[in-house]
Amino acid sequence: MDRRSFLKLGATTGVALAAKGAQANETGSPEEFVGVLVDTTRCIGCRSCERACSVANNLPVPDIENDGALAQVRDTSDKQWTVVNRFNTSKGEVFVKKQCLHCWQPACGAACLTNAMYKTRSGPVIWRPGKCMGCRFCMVSCPFDVPKFEYNEWNPKIQKCSMCWERLERGQRPACVNACPTDALMFGSKRQLMEVARVRIYNHPERYVHKIYGEYEVGGTGWLYLSAVPFEEIGFRTDLGTTPYPEYTRDFLYGVPLALFGLPALLLGLSLLARNDDNLLEGPES
Amino acid sequence: MTQSPTGLTAEVRRVLRFVISELWPKGPLLTPFNLISVPVILLGIGILAVRFVYGLGSVTNLSQKYPWGIWIGFDVVTGVAFAGGAYVLTFVVYVMGLEKYHPIVRATVLNGLLAYVFYAGALVLDLGRPWNVINPIIGNSFGYNSVLFLVSWHFMLYMLTEMLEFSPAVAEWLGLKRLRNILNSLTLGAVIFGVTLSMLHQSGLGALFLMAKPKIHPLWYTEFIPILFLVSSVYSGLSMVILEGTISHRVFSNQLDAAKHHQFDAMLLGLGKGAAITMFVYYFFKLLVFLHERHWNLLGSGWGVWYLVEVLGCVLVPCVLFISAVRTRSTGLLRVAAVWALFGILLNRLNISVIAFNWQSPVHYYPSWQEIVVTLTVVFTEIWVFRWIVVRMPVLREAHELPRGGSSVARATV
Repeated sequence: MDRRSFLKLGATTGVALAAKGAQANETGSPEEFVGVLVDTTRCIGCRSCERACSVANNLPVPDIENDGALAQVRDTSDKQWTVVNRFNTSKGEVFVKKQCLHCWQPACGAACLTNAMYKTRSGPVIWRPGKCMGCRFCMVSCPFDVPKFEYNEWNPKIQKCSMCWERLERGQRPACVNACPTDALMFGSKRQLMEVARVRIYNHPERYVHKIYGEYEVGGTGWLYLSAVPFEEIGFRTDLGTTPYPEYTRDFLYGVPLALFGLPALLLGLSLLARNDDNLLEGPES
Repeated sequence: MTQSPTGLTAEVRRVLRFVISELWPKGPLLTPFNLISVPVILLGIGILAVRFVYGLGSVTNLSQKYPWGIWIGFDVVTGVAFAGGAYVLTFVVYVMGLEKYHPIVRATVLNGLLAYVFYAGALVLDLGRPWNVINPIIGNSFGYNSVLFLVSWHFMLYMLTEMLEFSPAVAEWLGLKRLRNILNSLTLGAVIFGVTLSMLHQSGLGALFLMAKPKIHPLWYTEFIPILFLVSSVYSGLSMVILEGTISHRVFSNQLDAAKHHQFDAMLLGLGKGAAITMFVYYFFKLLVFLHERHWNLLGSGWGVWYLVEVLGCVLVPCVLFISAVRTRSTGLLRVAAVWALFGILLNRLNISVIAFNWQSPVHYYPSWQEIVVTLTVVFTEIWVFRWIVVRMPVLREAHELPRGGSSVARATV
């Protein structure tokens, strides 16, 4: 057993143990959320993850032998859940994998009025076709513009990375993680991944910027990123804040039940006040 | 319950015969409006057929960056703001007891009802998987934590309350006196429920954009969007009542007597006063938000100029126009102010939902001609239905055939 598969095994069993331990984390979920650590200093841009993703999820398989696709910065699409982009940075060429970040408190999930966008108990944010009515409010709300819509289908689906949720249920790892030849991707619980990420920064303080993207962004994400250059240089938005996006609508939603019961009472009172009740005024004299 | 079964059957038969006889057109068919609207509606239906077979992308300019276009930004978000008159006026008349506005309540409620049925209904055209639209209603998937869940439920319930508010007119049309009296007695309850729902979903439409924080230009994004939407829906609704009332009083002048025409101008000026006050409050809110966010540095850009066009040019200016129209008692100026104010609402809603949305994106959305035709189809169809109802039911005119002055409730709804 070589070092790589040993590490991978360790990560997988670690997750399994953590899940069995049923530790309560901050969100009160009985399981720990899982995620993936992307070390962009290790990525060589081979795009094996793109192919593995498409094969595992029955999407059109991209031709990864042809490097032409890297010429421009691409976005994920309704036909491709993950893409690898090349950035020319202050420290040379950097490759960055892009896909759904599986937020701890996803905006898409809070936006969805049918619970079609759904944060599973183990962490992946998945889309459930039987519930979705195609309103695309998830797309409006997602700060990363991840959900994609099939505009040219009579029966359109929302397409986005599911962290290979079905594979996780079977005890497997996400297809992209399996396919990565350089260990740029590591699967595990967020707690473990944070420890690994910190250790790497600690051991190689000159190699990394001292920041883990996804630790706090939008309240924390399932996927975490390490980088050698500031994250703005490799296509990340760093102006999204650390507030979980559902918080932005929470105050409004909390006000609703209050208004729903308070307002009718107020209105009824007003209407009684405004009513000209002559009998009442004239009562005592007549 | 005193009627015998045979009497009831005869009544049902009479009503059915009457409804069928009323279905046929009553006016001239070759009017300019008909000549323009019929081809547009037919084309719109064709476009919708293509849309439902080949997908939204076949007729719209929507993209992954712009999931919502004018079918949401104009039809739903702006249309519902325009329809705010119904809740404002029912509040003024039934809750505050300002009887002088009574004569225009029915037309306004009908307008509100149709606006919701057609504009909020246009939401269904925009849904990718419309057959699942029942999911949040029948309860197999309640997304309680979604603002859209709240808005869609409130749309639906509000349509029902507006139907209830308008139902006495239908009962009068059908000559069902007893039913009319029962429906009348429910009006105050329906109004209170309707005003509550309206305040919640008018602000809720604004709350839809709260999570789009990184996408909306900072001059337009604020955590107070819901309050701004609510306050502006008041003067938006009042302006629409002024505009719509002016048009229907010209087009359907045969439905009204001279006394009503004169009374109408006085009412419009009163509504103008309300609009002026709420517009000023709205402007003040906008100013507070601007000062609070300290956006002085953003005013220099093109977006800043565009923002000033909206806030100064299309809120402050029509507000001043409203005030001077009321002071000079000029209904002509009042109509100009109303149209201007409505344009300002349109600009604001489109800025938030479409124009200043994804402002940093290099590629921008503009509606395709098919999207515009479908929008016109929705508007024209609504006008057809409005005309059909106004010509037949006692909306603008009074229901002479019914006894009046019996109970206070009956007097209150004519």
